[in-house]
Amino acid sequence: MRALLSNFKGHYAQLILGPAFKLCEAVLELLVPLLMAQIIDVGIRNGDIAYVAGHGLEMLGLAAAGLLCAVICQYFAAMCAYGFGRSLRRQLFHRVMELSRTEYGSIGTDSLITRLTNDVTQIQTGINIAIRLGIRAPFLTVGSIVMALAINWRVGLVFLVSTPLIVAVLYVIMSRSVPLYARIQAGMDCISRLSGENLEGVRVIRAFSKQRAEIQAFQAAGSSLAEASVRVGKISAALNPLTSVIVNLAIVAIIWLGSRYTDMGILAQGQVIALVNYMTQTMLALIVLANVIVTLTKAIASAGRVAEVLDLKSSMLQPVQSDPPVSDAPRIAFKDVSFAYPAGGENAVEGLRFSVQPGQTLGVIGPTGCGKTTLVRLLCREYDVTGGAVEVDSVDVRRYTFADLRGHIGLVPQTARLFAGTIRSNLAMGRQDAEEADLWRALETAQGADFVRAKPDGLDTEVEEGGKNLSGGQRQRLTIARALVRQPAILILDDSASALDYATDSALRRAIRRDIRDATVVMISQRASTIKNADCILVLDDGVQAGFGTHEELLRTCEVYREICRSQGMGEVSV
Amino acid sequence: MKDTILRTLRYTRPYRAQLVIGFASAILYVLFTLLGPVLIGRAIDCAIGPGRVDYAGVLYYLAWIAACALAAAAFQWLMNVCVRRVSACAANDMRQAAFEKLNRVPLSYIDSHPHGDIISRMTNDAEWVSEGLLQGLTQLLPGIATILGTLAVMLLLNPLIALVVVVITPVSIWFAGFIARRSAKYFRRQSAAQGRLSAFVNEMVSGQDVVTAFGYERRCYEQFDAVSDELFRSGWKSTFYSSMTNPGTRFVNAAVYAAVAAFGAVAAIAGGITVGQLSSFLSYANQYTKPFNEVSGVLTQMQTAVASAERLFQLMDQPAEAPDAPDALSPAVCCGQVQVQDVSFSYTPGTRLIEHFDLDVCPGQRIAIVGPTGCGKTTVINLLMRFYDVDAGRILVDGNPVLALKRDALRGMYGMVLQDTWLKNATVRENIAYGKPDAADEEIRAAARAAYAHSFIKRLPQGYDTVIAPGGGNLSAGQKQLLCIARIMLCQPEMLILDEATSSIDTRTEMLVQQAFEKLMQGRTSFVVAHRLSTIQTADRILVMDAGRIVEQGTHTQLLEKGGFYAKLYNSQFAPA
Repeated sequence: MRALLSNFKGHYAQLILGPAFKLCEAVLELLVPLLMAQIIDVGIRNGDIAYVAGHGLEMLGLAAAGLLCAVICQYFAAMCAYGFGRSLRRQLFHRVMELSRTEYGSIGTDSLITRLTNDVTQIQTGINIAIRLGIRAPFLTVGSIVMALAINWRVGLVFLVSTPLIVAVLYVIMSRSVPLYARIQAGMDCISRLSGENLEGVRVIRAFSKQRAEIQAFQAAGSSLAEASVRVGKISAALNPLTSVIVNLAIVAIIWLGSRYTDMGILAQGQVIALVNYMTQTMLALIVLANVIVTLTKAIASAGRVAEVLDLKSSMLQPVQSDPPVSDAPRIAFKDVSFAYPAGGENAVEGLRFSVQPGQTLGVIGPTGCGKTTLVRLLCREYDVTGGAVEVDSVDVRRYTFADLRGHIGLVPQTARLFAGTIRSNLAMGRQDAEEADLWRALETAQGADFVRAKPDGLDTEVEEGGKNLSGGQRQRLTIARALVRQPAILILDDSASALDYATDSALRRAIRRDIRDATVVMISQRASTIKNADCILVLDDGVQAGFGTHEELLRTCEVYREICRSQGMGEVSV
Repeated sequence: MKDTILRTLRYTRPYRAQLVIGFASAILYVLFTLLGPVLIGRAIDCAIGPGRVDYAGVLYYLAWIAACALAAAAFQWLMNVCVRRVSACAANDMRQAAFEKLNRVPLSYIDSHPHGDIISRMTNDAEWVSEGLLQGLTQLLPGIATILGTLAVMLLLNPLIALVVVVITPVSIWFAGFIARRSAKYFRRQSAAQGRLSAFVNEMVSGQDVVTAFGYERRCYEQFDAVSDELFRSGWKSTFYSSMTNPGTRFVNAAVYAAVAAFGAVAAIAGGITVGQLSSFLSYANQYTKPFNEVSGVLTQMQTAVASAERLFQLMDQPAEAPDAPDALSPAVCCGQVQVQDVSFSYTPGTRLIEHFDLDVCPGQRIAIVGPTGCGKTTVINLLMRFYDVDAGRILVDGNPVLALKRDALRGMYGMVLQDTWLKNATVRENIAYGKPDAADEEIRAAARAAYAHSFIKRLPQGYDTVIAPGGGNLSAGQKQLLCIARIMLCQPEMLILDEATSSIDTRTEMLVQQAFEKLMQGRTSFVVAHRLSTIQTADRILVMDAGRIVEQGTHTQLLEKGGFYAKLYNSQFAPA
């Protein structure tokens, strides 16, 4: 929480001056009924028109001064809230980008995004409202009571009874209706889920002619949502009538007591009117206060969620400086590596033991869920091994700085993810100073030069968010080119050709073999044909190393590999 | 706009009784509320000073004040409850009508419209309509009634002071409008900046692994700061300007109050009104301006509601699928003979897709559909199932043109297992029995056994009563597919449409699925979107598709001999490179 509050730095003046000016406005507002009382009790009684006019102008002056105070306060409130929001958003964004995959897994990407957007906005709104109304409403309530007590303490007692009553009504109604709103939200989620299900399953639903049943289920959900909202309505609709009944009964009491004291000469008529005014003011202020509290509760909940992220410690540390790599060592070595994901207890991979020399190609194959992608994650140090060690150039990956280690690697992840911008900005992501020729060379190798050249804007073709305006195959080729632009020592292709047709896939493999001679290539696939020409092949089965060697060796020795080849129609290949 | 409002109001008709009670309550509520200040004024006039207090009068008026307050509160509550019911139910009826239409529109509508948008109509838009109706009926009517009523009472009390109020008040409305117009510009900029920021954050946080893998953090922070700065600039301005509305109208109200106080006091000195009447005036001056501000707020909300209602009506007004012909057949038996005669079809008029397509399928034959990814293999499924209708030519089942069959009957002849498996958010049992809800428990188990699904179902936490998470989250892809096969097994359809999964299934389940498919196809006419060599090689006929068209057809050997597209495809995919 302290990290979160540090974002007020530079806004302290606004944070104090804002409410101060608001307080002035409230004080001015509290004076109006008093002036009115004097107009009646002095001006009218004495028939003094000048006195009336003077007080009328004074009231106008108070209103003008109040307006000025309010404007200054709103200015500070807006500046402070948005300044705080900007600072917090920046702090949180940096934090989120630095977190490791472990934290992403435990909090969830969607939740992190919500915290960065909705929650920060919610806090921002909360601060703004707190400065503007958080002071004003309670002060007006208390001020009205004080003024009433000052005019006549016995009539003032009516305030001391009615105000807590109104507070109690507000509390009871809100504490009853707020949980019901959660039920409405649940009903809404249900409607949303059913609609989505209906759209997704439209073919199956119609194939089975189940439209009637689906409509009936939707009807039930819709009716229960409507019913829930009527129920909430019944409770929350009582708020205004109940408070106004209390206020009116209080006014009855004020006038009754007032007329007795008027008779005794303790009170004047104008003062009774002023008391009635204070009563109405109290009610209005309290209703505003109730809404302020709802907003603030939301803001505080959001602040908790944001603070949770700010207080997270990244679970992976990096050295200040990388150890020097050893020359003539294997480029990649897995030394008895085992790893379990932080959430699930069982080992995702176990006993991986192999090494790859510079310039060699490693093929990795195995069914889905066998740990192929886990292997990539360990190599890029998205996670730390739980046993053994992963080495690059004979140095443990934990002994490199993140920047150095990742600078060695060109990763082409399974999902072809591009960013909004241009083709050029996407390709140059990993190397800002890349020249035009570098980009084209990478595109040629990645089999993407032709389609980029065919675009009217070439490299400057706009890429929409997520690369939506490109086909799956085009996106995949651009992500391959993006990795190649870095001229990495290790190129990792994680099942990166799935959206390419077979001809392009094999052309790509040929081009990589031709253009990249020094880099070590790690090629992951489910297709045996893709990796069978690699210098060495790692066969994974359920997280365990089932075989390591060349295609021919594995066909001889590895049952799992033989089975994979057979199931993919390569069984007739003679050994 | 007017039509949309009238059409929306038509949905309140079934709740006419509540609506009438609601309206009557609204009028009574306003009436009793308006009486309050007059009665308070009278009561105050009964106690002028020491020795000049008419206790009987005070008590009389106080009793009336209490009675009116209670009556006003009761009617306000009644109004809210009635109108709430009307608006919630009417909006729900609209949503219901839209959903029913959704189940009758041609599939082309669902295929070509973003699902998120349609879901948003069912949820957000329906809620906006409900909220708009509620606010419109509970605020607009009483608001206008209050304005008119107050005006009338003030004119009765003292026309001159009433004139002061009437002249100054519009200033506050004009001021609110002025602020709204000024701040609208910044609000638009703010929401644009907010949208850009959300998109950016979404992109970068979901792609954080890529960003860090490529050392792109610094540029990323710079871009973030630029967007965030823009949000700050437009955000504080829009908030500042819009928050001027309250103090501004408060100032105008205070000015009205001061004017009424001064003019009223002068009138009182001249003997035109009593002190009590002056106090009534002051209350009315406050009451009079309030509805103006509320009404303008409600009007914006109603604009949103009308826009939302339009979006719902737009969905309701979609043309439905052509109904079955009145004399459409539903044959009791099906032999499984399918003839496609000179069929042409395309999704968008003008662009050619399938043209002059002929195919004869004898009962029990197996047709494989092959081609590269995205070549439109599902088009054939769409036509066979009549998800889409052919543009020209005809398809016959057992010699009957499909257009002469009831849709339900035709679709019931096929069992369909698609690659993107769809299961309901319901129990395993309900899912298997989806096509035959009255199936006995034993039948369901038998179907699950036949589909090799029984053993994994048994191991689920609640067995057959396990609820499948939305999207099937708690099952693997292979398990979902086995359930879909069990669903078909239970119905025992005469013909099959199967879509083999390309990948993503572990080897063991994959083998089960393959066996289950084989068992299912025994003796049934089947159309298979095929990826497996064995399926293709054993097919009686192969349809080869490319770019949405059927480019070749024949048996495996015929096509290989032909040396065309299929031969190339086969060689690149299955033959050793």
